[in-house]
Amino acid sequence: MRISLFIPCFVDQLAPQVGLATVKVLKKLGHDVEFRAEQTCCGQPSYNSGQWEVAREGAIRALKIFRGAEVVVGPSGSCVAMIKKFYPDLLKDTPHAAEAKELAQRTFEFSEFIVRQLGVTDIGATLNKKVTYHDGCHAMRELRLKEEPRQLLRAVRGLELIETEESESCCGFGGLFSVKFPMISTAMVQVKGGALARTGADYVVSSDPSCLLQIGGWLTREGKPIRPMHIAEVLAEGLPANV
Amino acid sequence: MSNAKDIFLKEATTAAADGPQRIFINKALGGYYANRDIQKARFRDWERARDAASLAKWEAVNDLANTLEAFVAKFESNGGKVHWARNAAEAREIILQLIAAANAKAVVKSKCMTTEEIHLNDALEKAGYSVVESDLGEFIQQLRGEAPYHFVFPCMHVKREEISALFTKHLGTAATNSPEELTMIARRHLRQLYVDADVGITGANFLVAETGQISITENEGNARLTAALPRIHIALSGIEKVVKKLDDLSVLLPMLATAGAGQPMTCYNTLYSGPRKPGECDGPEEFHLVLLDNARTQLLADPEQRDALHCIRCGACLNVCPIFKNIGGLAYGTTYQGPIGSVITPHLRGLKQWNHLSGASSLCGACTDACPVRIDLHHHLLHNRRNANQTSPTWFDRLFHRGFNFVISRPRLFAFGGRVFRFTLPVLKKIPLPYLSAWLKTRDLPPAPAQSFRQQWKDSSHG
Repeated sequence: MRISLFIPCFVDQLAPQVGLATVKVLKKLGHDVEFRAEQTCCGQPSYNSGQWEVAREGAIRALKIFRGAEVVVGPSGSCVAMIKKFYPDLLKDTPHAAEAKELAQRTFEFSEFIVRQLGVTDIGATLNKKVTYHDGCHAMRELRLKEEPRQLLRAVRGLELIETEESESCCGFGGLFSVKFPMISTAMVQVKGGALARTGADYVVSSDPSCLLQIGGWLTREGKPIRPMHIAEVLAEGLPANV
Repeated sequence: MSNAKDIFLKEATTAAADGPQRIFINKALGGYYANRDIQKARFRDWERARDAASLAKWEAVNDLANTLEAFVAKFESNGGKVHWARNAAEAREIILQLIAAANAKAVVKSKCMTTEEIHLNDALEKAGYSVVESDLGEFIQQLRGEAPYHFVFPCMHVKREEISALFTKHLGTAATNSPEELTMIARRHLRQLYVDADVGITGANFLVAETGQISITENEGNARLTAALPRIHIALSGIEKVVKKLDDLSVLLPMLATAGAGQPMTCYNTLYSGPRKPGECDGPEEFHLVLLDNARTQLLADPEQRDALHCIRCGACLNVCPIFKNIGGLAYGTTYQGPIGSVITPHLRGLKQWNHLSGASSLCGACTDACPVRIDLHHHLLHNRRNANQTSPTWFDRLFHRGFNFVISRPRLFAFGGRVFRFTLPVLKKIPLPYLSAWLKTRDLPPAPAQSFRQQWKDSSHG
């Protein structure tokens, strides 16, 4: 299968290792991977800020960019939810409505794609660490992904998966919410981060790099030893370098 | 500190910084989660029950005019009298006139958020009547001179010692740490007040069109005393509380109890069918129902958010909301707190003044998953944000997003801008900038990588 990568803007600029790990895992599974370089940002910040006119322009650009792609796969529950759930809503009653629905059907979050579309749970990764999983809200509540990432993690050799008491609590990121209402956002990550730190895990893993930015940013500021790691990075651990 | 947003920001900042209080609220809700899950498991299929509850409300709300007319005809044939109020002022006026006509002096109330919505207590007190709240939580809040913290658990933020001290101050009772004794103190104090009151004011959980009855749900029995002992019973209800059939309560009552308080059923569920009839030994001489619009018909006219009128005021969305849990109920400054409050307050009180509540959400969606009548709460927050942006845009937002869009619609400019951002980040971190400084106040940013993904892709064999 030829997979078109959907790399969120901040992964591109601030966490490229997540994109590289995504490529590595998808290639290990025997698929061709392409990256259409016209892509930048899905427009979610504007959508969430109520600037739907602006967001609509971004959605229409994305339709054009991913036109003809067999499948589109992105390592972010939130940004994929933007394409899968919110583009069709944003573009309903416009000439782009049908294409938005059609793109939604062939766009997948990374763990969703591997488990539901490819039917694979064991990539062959090895990581001798204790990890806990953070459910990003968009992945869990917009895309209804809960077991898929855990199935992938359980198959990793040497990895011990432990649950967190607040695994379903929002980390408080919420895009621009995190900087428009920083006091509430911080209170939320205190609850989340505190629970994560108490697990004694080495890593907090998530399918959402934006949550990890928030959680990781707080954990390092507070000097907590647990580190953030994207699920693609976990699944790329121990794979041969030249896949 | 004049507008609602400034007050909210100040209150929310104070509340979010109060660690012990946040832990106290979280602990209180921990017990609720455990009980709620036990009771949810007793439903054969909770999700189907949500469908049924949602459908029951949908049927009534989407045929509101007919359903209300049917209800009113039945209610009046049972001997009650209906009064229509277009807004809060009219509702207050109607209630004041009813009380004056009855030559009443003392009023006793059972828990009713709609009376909070129309600020009834203020109006009654200004008119010289004594008013007492008979729900324990509301009674405590009344003594504290504070609005309800949570529309189902009005004093959930108040500790036992504080209640004891409050009772000592106002009722002259000895200090105690026992919840049972505290309850008995309030009970002893309130009993005589029911007897002395000329008018009892209640709310209504459901108005049943089929039978013309009012359904009231409570745990303390105070609403029954409020409705039964005084000469006059006045109920105040929003027009959206109506349901078509008595049978609808068979799903709505248990769902209200389970979603709202983690109970299988609330302790007392009473259907009120009218005033005392000839030959009956108890009940009020007169039974009035004030039906309040107060912008509900405006919400009804909005097909996108009309389902917000399905709300049965169970409070489940507050109980799971991380915003509510961290800033508490008072910071909202609204009658209805939490997600449902953030959705409907802009409709009730004006979008321009109250849209900040829709912004103050990470859109996590826990509320929508918890809602027993499937109101699309967190997406409605997005709808409010969009509507506010259309009707009263702010120049900063417009400039920011237009500027952002200018960059992201030009891939090469985006790549260049990203590179500049990454290289200058160590410097940017040191200067005050909107958004970035707010982030860095409590959170780190990882060191910026030398190369973006797109550069590395291009440089590798892939490109």
